[in-house]
Amino acid sequence: MKTEMRFVAFGGQGIVLAGVILGEAAIADSNNAVQTQSYGPESRGGAAKSEVIISNDDIDYPMVVEADCLVALSQPGYDKYAAEVKPGGTLIVDQDLVDAGTPPEGRAFYSLPFAKTADRLGNRIVTNIVVLGSVCSITGVVSENNLAAAVESNVPEKFRELNQTAFSEGFKLGAEAVKLKAAGEK
Amino acid sequence: MALDENKRQYISQRGGKTYFMLGDEACAYGAIYAGCDFFAGYPITPASEVAELIAEELPKAGGICIQMEDELASMAAIIGAAWTGARSMTATSGPGFSLMQENIGYGIMTETPCVIVNVQRSGPSTGQATKPAQGDVLQARWGTHGDHNIIALAPNSAQECFDLVQECFELADTYRTPVILLMDGEVGHIRESVVMPELSAVKHTSRKIAERTEDVFGGQELIPGMIHYGEGMNVHVTGSTHLASGMRDVTTPHVHDELIKRIYSKIDSNRENIVRVETDLNPDGKARVGVISYGASARPARGAVKLARAKGKNVDFLRLITIWPFAKKQVAEFSKELDIILVPEMNLGQMSREIERFVDSDVVTVPRIGGVPHSVDEIYRVIMGVV
Repeated sequence: MKTEMRFVAFGGQGIVLAGVILGEAAIADSNNAVQTQSYGPESRGGAAKSEVIISNDDIDYPMVVEADCLVALSQPGYDKYAAEVKPGGTLIVDQDLVDAGTPPEGRAFYSLPFAKTADRLGNRIVTNIVVLGSVCSITGVVSENNLAAAVESNVPEKFRELNQTAFSEGFKLGAEAVKLKAAGEK
Repeated sequence: MALDENKRQYISQRGGKTYFMLGDEACAYGAIYAGCDFFAGYPITPASEVAELIAEELPKAGGICIQMEDELASMAAIIGAAWTGARSMTATSGPGFSLMQENIGYGIMTETPCVIVNVQRSGPSTGQATKPAQGDVLQARWGTHGDHNIIALAPNSAQECFDLVQECFELADTYRTPVILLMDGEVGHIRESVVMPELSAVKHTSRKIAERTEDVFGGQELIPGMIHYGEGMNVHVTGSTHLASGMRDVTTPHVHDELIKRIYSKIDSNRENIVRVETDLNPDGKARVGVISYGASARPARGAVKLARAKGKNVDFLRLITIWPFAKKQVAEFSKELDIILVPEMNLGQMSREIERFVDSDVVTVPRIGGVPHSVDEIYRVIMGVV
């Protein structure tokens, strides 16, 4: 079983760290994980991509070929990669940063207020952690416990509480969206 | 070298656990495990994370890290450090590796054990600064001038960055020579699980020490012992042709002949002790097609071989772990029954040419440049086109 996750955003939105934390949780779950990233020479503002492959087998090719899940926090990132999500896969976007138009058919689509939630918590910098919470409850690709622990071990001590809150808010956001979708499909 | 107390403590605190880390970071930790005492370097993508982590961690383990003014100085500094008794290392990428060539030659000529990490990126020149490549395979072999031999290893995972950098230090001390860890931007920037073993599992070879200055560069030994600076022995170290005592003699033909042949031969005659390859031969029957790869390219190559086998095709696979000296015996043996050998590499066919020299099979390069590694599917299609 192999899951290919792709995060796209502008540099500075924290998706490289999000990928690292997700990968760390995956190995804590006793899976194999590989995380790679690509970004421009600028540290903020350029296009950034972070990919995580999680598998219970060896991972020969370290990059995403066909994404099971795309998480987009930027319009150009969404426009470039939305069509490459495999049928039956999942698209997760920030509702205020990405105008998804008509999302590709045959894929689950979630448009959620990640940045807005982070703003409400007092610091937009935790957007990536809100995202991770939702990714966890929507995809179940890693266990909630190990992901929460990985968040904790990767953030500065003085922002620990803020990040923990961001994670649990994000988790709830995703869980509610899944519930709503299931109700809508009935 | 025996690990000093600082490093033993450092390793005890961190060993016996699995980490999720970059290949570059794994390389830095591996160096500390190997007892690296001294690092000198200059930042460059995609090798900067080696220096970053070393700068933070090496002092905690009692070592010294210096950011130099450039790569020429970095290489000079690690050679100097080695002569004081340190295990020393630098890390760079293409443009910096080019600048190091002169002093790598000095390291070879003065038989100085040290480790040079080259996290290869796309060149020539500044090229695609942030993109991976394997374009320095022949530069690692022949980048510095004059007749010489070199040892170079190519890891294909973060774990191997950790493991092989330690092997580089061992080889450097065993053969008293600079050793190159030929990483690539792909394995340098891959993040995956790395097991750092417990202290009890760490083994080190001691550097041989000479008893008299007259034997530091030869005497009766193929691989002579060193005498470290600061021990009052007045050893003379020069990049010019020298006698066993280290004193210059640049005019007597046989002095140069004997010196260079000995330096060349200490690696050449130990080829079988140095070279490591990994093979994965087709389990059901003889294959007529083989794939040889190394470093990051070996990952999609291996994936493609597995895919072809799943479709009932017979394909053999060999991965070069040691790039230099070339695994001529192993590759010749591997090729015996093969009609065709495919060589995926992230350059225009540098290793393919070397393989061609030692096999009767047709060698077909599967080149890839541009900064994106081969996909499994791309290599798979090439395999299916020939089986």
